[in-house]
Amino acid sequence: MKTVCVEDAVAMIPDGATLMIGGFMAVGSPERVIDELVRQGKRNLTVIANDNAMPGRGIGKLVDAGLVSRTVASHIGLNPETQRQMIAKKMEVDLVPQGTLIERIRAGGYGLGGVLTPTGVGTVVEEGKQRVELNGKNYLVEPALRADFALVHAFLADYLGNLSYALTARNFNPVMAMAADTTIVTADNIVPVGLISPDHVVTPAPLVDYLVTNG
Amino acid sequence: MDAQSIIAKRIANELRSGMLVNLGIGIPTMVANFVPAGITVFFQSENGLIGTGPIPEEGMAHPTLTDAGGRPVTALPGACTFDSAMSFGLIRGGHVDMTVLGALQVDAHGLLANWMIPGKMVPGMGGAMDLVTGAKRVVVAMQHTAKGKPKIVNKCTLPLTSARPVDLVVSELAVIGFPEGRATLLERGPGVTVEQIVAGTEAKLAMPDQIPEMRL
Repeated sequence: MKTVCVEDAVAMIPDGATLMIGGFMAVGSPERVIDELVRQGKRNLTVIANDNAMPGRGIGKLVDAGLVSRTVASHIGLNPETQRQMIAKKMEVDLVPQGTLIERIRAGGYGLGGVLTPTGVGTVVEEGKQRVELNGKNYLVEPALRADFALVHAFLADYLGNLSYALTARNFNPVMAMAADTTIVTADNIVPVGLISPDHVVTPAPLVDYLVTNG
Repeated sequence: MDAQSIIAKRIANELRSGMLVNLGIGIPTMVANFVPAGITVFFQSENGLIGTGPIPEEGMAHPTLTDAGGRPVTALPGACTFDSAMSFGLIRGGHVDMTVLGALQVDAHGLLANWMIPGKMVPGMGGAMDLVTGAKRVVVAMQHTAKGKPKIVNKCTLPLTSARPVDLVVSELAVIGFPEGRATLLERGPGVTVEQIVAGTEAKLAMPDQIPEMRL
């Protein structure tokens, strides 16, 4: 793990990168990294995330700035700007059931090719997908997802990069921390090693490539 | 009592102590206001919380304690938090005893459409497809008609949420179940006649001998 200032962290991300961004309606999103993505004007991004938040918050800021060319999400209903860009064909939107999305990301981080889920069988979600029958039940084959960068926000990070999360700000963050080539983390509090008890570490330090310094 | 409260209160009567329950946005959320005395249930927010409590008092909200709509909530004593993989493992894995959701249409066999209107409203399915596919019991909370048009139809014209039918529909006019895959009128709303229900329903309803009024 290396520590890095937010400007240098974002400078590593090229235009056209695929990003997994933690957060649920902007709760638990890495706002400082998002703000810096906007400031540096990174373009043509693919964003994999639960949702597109709302204008002016979290991932919504990337959408407002027109930086997202494709999003993979379970919900965009609270972001009219995403809907507008989707209708104007400025952004491609791939809607995925929330439980399928998180499992595809988990599979990407856990070394699996994909998952079999009953969710979506017999609906429009099935279109173009393989259906398999196993033990008398029908499942869809849903491929694993990976990204170039995971942008993760934690409550506590220690100096080694061990992470713990706060309440509902956990959501997609620890799962995404495993599913990208490079994981960049911001934390509300950076604390000495040992302050997070081993039982309370949710994301082990070796998964964190860069910890963004505070202040 | 207004229509929404009738629906929420009737559904609250389906709650049993110890159940793990997921409530959707809108009328379903109101079910938590009518939990019968002496019953303790666990409410799940699919963003990663079991033990969801009421909306906090003014000035007491915390930015990392929210429901699935991103609104501030509280956590009750004994609450726990987890990531989205576990949250949907709970949902898809059959660990959620009951889910309450809204509907755009429900058909004569109990199939539900509740997540999009092609060309008009494409918000995304969020967790709805997983909830309807995986929860042990699926209860729909909805106004009986939309702008006077029936929502309980012969066949859904909108995209389905799941191939799995719902178990119960509760509106301000009626409680409808699907024994043997057939829409069946189980209860009438307060002061509502069978004729009124039939007039607001496109699907043909099976009629048992007794159709009592809802107990609220």
